[in-house]
Amino acid sequence: MFKKLAISTALSLALIPAAVVAAGGGEQHIEDFDFSFEGPFGVYDQNQLQRGLHVYTDLCAACHGLKYVPLRTLADEGGPELPMDQVRAYAENIDVFDPELDDYRSATPVDHFPANDGVGAPDLSVMAKARAGFHGPYGLGINQMFKGMGGPEYIASILTGYTGHEKEEAGTTLYENTAFPGGWIAMQPPIEDESIDFMDGHANDLHHIAEDVSAFLMWTAEPKMMARKQVGFIGVLMLAILSVLLYLTNKRIWAPLKGKKIKQS
Amino acid sequence: MAGIPHDHYEPKTSGEKWLHSRLPIVGLLYDTIMIPTPKNLNWMWIWGIILTFCLALQIVTGIVLAMHYTPHVDLAFASIEHIMRDVNGGYMLRYLHANGGSLFFFAVYIHIFRGLYYGSYKAPREVTWIIGMLIYLAMMATGFLGYVLPWGQMSFWGATVITGLFGAIPFVGDALQTWLLGGPAVDNATLNRFFSLHYLLPFVIVGLVAVHIWAFHTTGNSNPSGVEVRRGSKEEAEKDTVPFWPYFVIKDLFALAVILAIFWAVVGFMPNYLGHPDNYIEANPMVTPIHIVPEWYYLPFYAILRAFTSEVWVVQIASFVTGGIVDAKFFGVIAMFGAIFVMALVPWLDTSSVRSGKYRPMFKWWFYLLVIDFIVLMWLGSMPAEEPYASYALIATAYWFGYFLIVLPLLGVLEKPDAPPATIEEDFDAHYGSDADASTPAE
Amino acid sequence: MFARLGVEIGVNLVSHAEDHEGTRRDFLYYATAGTGVVVTGAAVWPLINQMNPSADVQAMSSIRVDVEDVEVGTQISVKYLGKPVFIRRRAEKEIAEARAVEMADLPDKIARNENEKPDAPATDANRALTPFAGQDGADLPPGAVAGEWLVMVGVCTHLGCVPIGEGAGDFDGWFCPCHGSHYDTAGRIRKGPAPKNLAIPFAGFVDETTIQLG
Repeated sequence: MFKKLAISTALSLALIPAAVVAAGGGEQHIEDFDFSFEGPFGVYDQNQLQRGLHVYTDLCAACHGLKYVPLRTLADEGGPELPMDQVRAYAENIDVFDPELDDYRSATPVDHFPANDGVGAPDLSVMAKARAGFHGPYGLGINQMFKGMGGPEYIASILTGYTGHEKEEAGTTLYENTAFPGGWIAMQPPIEDESIDFMDGHANDLHHIAEDVSAFLMWTAEPKMMARKQVGFIGVLMLAILSVLLYLTNKRIWAPLKGKKIKQS
Repeated sequence: MAGIPHDHYEPKTSGEKWLHSRLPIVGLLYDTIMIPTPKNLNWMWIWGIILTFCLALQIVTGIVLAMHYTPHVDLAFASIEHIMRDVNGGYMLRYLHANGGSLFFFAVYIHIFRGLYYGSYKAPREVTWIIGMLIYLAMMATGFLGYVLPWGQMSFWGATVITGLFGAIPFVGDALQTWLLGGPAVDNATLNRFFSLHYLLPFVIVGLVAVHIWAFHTTGNSNPSGVEVRRGSKEEAEKDTVPFWPYFVIKDLFALAVILAIFWAVVGFMPNYLGHPDNYIEANPMVTPIHIVPEWYYLPFYAILRAFTSEVWVVQIASFVTGGIVDAKFFGVIAMFGAIFVMALVPWLDTSSVRSGKYRPMFKWWFYLLVIDFIVLMWLGSMPAEEPYASYALIATAYWFGYFLIVLPLLGVLEKPDAPPATIEEDFDAHYGSDADASTPAE
Repeated sequence: MFARLGVEIGVNLVSHAEDHEGTRRDFLYYATAGTGVVVTGAAVWPLINQMNPSADVQAMSSIRVDVEDVEVGTQISVKYLGKPVFIRRRAEKEIAEARAVEMADLPDKIARNENEKPDAPATDANRALTPFAGQDGADLPPGAVAGEWLVMVGVCTHLGCVPIGEGAGDFDGWFCPCHGSHYDTAGRIRKGPAPKNLAIPFAGFVDETTIQLG
């Protein structure tokens, strides 16, 4: 009881910013997308991550970077799992600056995705963990316990949240977006229906493209999620077994003292 | 010495005697592990072991994380990502360390409130209590320093705000803040010294914990009945106590395993639940987050800090009396540290003749209200500093101080406590049946 | 008498019951202790393993070098595992020179080639890089010559300086300016204080124009 209260209270901190923002701006609407990696046993969908990489490369990379993500990890287990020769081929199309050569060269798998702050767009490496889509109720953060933090949902909601309205403010064009805190975002709508033709023939309406790239960005933010959940599951299982054994041992040790009618040897 | 009479270690072989006459370490370990412990300890007495484990967990994971972390403003954030992506098992070590802090504070709060309810702080355990408060302060400092290291937005702005507290001290504040930061603002010098101190302080805590344990091993454990162990003879003492090993070691280990299973589930399945998303944004001195909130375990005191604005009449009086030296900002700082200081004074503020809250009918309700007050303060600390939260925070703060400074001293006079059991044995048998029952033949 | 028998039976029963009880209790204790040890062990291993090379370091232990643009009779240097590696495309004259050397003239008679057995003799064939399509040279790409590629760690075996290449020294191979060691066109020590032939790292062709180190 105390614990529950403490935890829920604890969470409250996470929700405040959005609560404030929501109060200040328009209605912030985050759609609860249904991702394959949600829940204790959810896993990344490799095809989706590969499609997401495709979307990122064709549409996002023009303005955003992924500077903390090594290209080689595209081949890692629990990620997009691209074959290594495809990773090499992908890397070759990217120019990176090599301080040793003092010049640009084509990337190799050991290089990272390039940083890109040309137009001031934020780096997306850990964006899916740097945003929380879900908050409340009453600043208690309990929603995050059931729906997750909502990082990828936030990104997908931004991508699908444009209303089509725009306005000029201090020389910048702002676009109305139902998911963005404050309601007006500087990023012009990056995706529309059929922006991408997926090689696997997957549906390419705006909603699906946004979902795929958000899943990919969750992976870039948390590449070890599969391994982590596995370690989590095994650990909980082992500790549960240990708990049961210790419970029985404890009970047996105390039995003679607690008036249980067990003969002492 | 007031110690409970019990058997001591006797070296038997010549090798044991040789060592014992030179360094009685085996005897010390034996006396520590076999110490007579009141046999009626309930499940609220497990948190000491949980806390000891947390300290070990944080030190061990912290030392290995330090092997991969780089305390430089240009590299700190990237080195965390390096730990998360490249270091073998690094993501797990970091999440354990980050969430381990939460478990540490969660356990320490229950531990403190257990002490407040059962009167564990009362004579002769005042020193144990005060050292415990020092440990708590050192934990707060360590946690704060550590939170700066990932160099996210919340790290940076948390450091800016909290060091600003020292800047509120009259006359020397600005100089003190500059000295703490190593410059006019939080920067590389700050990060480096915070890393150094974050590494140092846990070992100070280890020392304080050793003294904490030494102190209560000298007085003997408190217990839920608040009645002292009979110390007239070994036989008498043995009716009230059992040796720590194996009875309480196994019990505590069981509790630890259960808590760790829950902890592990949090780390494995929702490791960022207790963190703040903004700390995944690299520190940027040019952009302040919309709302700066500390980690959940600081929130109650953060709420007290913010409760006192210049509109509050006590602040106005203090300001008037001191000729403006004590302004609202400094008053808040005094209040925050005062909130912990009054807790440290509780052995002398509680005037009751009965130790355990179990036998204090009026006290109980005031105590429960204090727990609720604490949780409400925690919630308020996370809310924006605006109405109605500011007024709520003021009321909740008033109760916090009122409980320690008014309620506790008065209750001792006004309340008529129930009669506690005469002995621990009596208390224990009331729950579990007497030895006479146990010795009844089974067949 | 009967009473006495009864007592004895009773005692036997009790002691049997105690044995049984004892075994069950022991089993529980052993199971608990065993599980505790396993859990503790599982917790300790990651603390040790975290000091092993991390994924980024491991990724650097194998690099690919594009040698398409390396002309016959020239070499390139690449950085591999923190050290320079020489990749030389030898001219026919250099190969012939290296092959003409008698084993008796070599101070270090071991190939020092990680791709060969540890005791392989320091013949030129054992030093040169295996061509892409096979050992015998039958499937060599057009224009390639068997044994033309030589890959070596560019660190003098004396005190670790980087030798000068491009036909330097008394034997037309490499010369270390620090203390005057001379290496021949197969990178073998011939004169001077260095004790060993230049080391040859684990290397091989992955396609016609790409060499993989490590």
